[in-house]
Amino acid sequence: MSETEKRISIKSSADIITARGVGREMAKQLGFNIVDQTKITTAISELTRNIVTYTGKGKVIIKKIHSDVDKKDGMAIICTDKGPGIESIELVLKAGYSTSNSLGLGLSGAKMLMDDFDIKSKPGEGTRVTIKKWLR
Amino acid sequence: MDIPILKIENFLVVTIQAEMSDDEILKLQKDILSRIKEVSASGLIIDITALDVVDSFMGRTLSNIANTADLLGAKTVVVGIRPAVALTLVELGIRIKWNLNTALNLEKGIDILKRRIEM
Repeated sequence: MSETEKRISIKSSADIITARGVGREMAKQLGFNIVDQTKITTAISELTRNIVTYTGKGKVIIKKIHSDVDKKDGMAIICTDKGPGIESIELVLKAGYSTSNSLGLGLSGAKMLMDDFDIKSKPGEGTRVTIKKWLR
Repeated sequence: MDIPILKIENFLVVTIQAEMSDDEILKLQKDILSRIKEVSASGLIIDITALDVVDSFMGRTLSNIANTADLLGAKTVVVGIRPAVALTLVELGIRIKWNLNTALNLEKGIDILKRRIEM
């Protein structure tokens, strides 16, 4: 596996810290400024916590990406789980919505902190969230 | 990891020195609250200079500590929020009231507590 792609399995809250560290290190190496490093790391924290809270286990892939169209580099974080899935994506993306009293900032927070956000979920099958940040 | 809770005059000072897991944060919350009761502290300062990430869970827990400490008679000030963390928190919690008093550093935090308690 290349140095520009890392996989971390997420099973407990200690794995959240590991994922944050890996994300921060890659963001730094790619040349993101300190504010973007912090935003990326915080978004990873929100998404991986969602995995631990709602599904118990899943995985996160953190990798370097490149856009041929815009000729720019960036970073993608892909979180997947085989949990219960999300019934109404629109609802959970509303800031403040939460089913487990976590302030409901998990998904909406990650969306606000990043440039691109994509979520695919099927009730009963699981959820995949992809977030991206581009170098300016 | 046990985080020391120091007493200065009638205030407690807690310095978070490293990233903490959720369980460690919740244990710290419990320790702080029992210590406030034990020494009848009138103020609490939580120094988070060492934290380079404050996510919604950490933010909520800090807010919970402050609210509970208030019920026990102690005012809370969170000090040492890094500029990048502050920017992230504003974007993250744009619609959320964090309900926390903050100060730039320990000295200013103590000033705030002294003023609040005299009032």
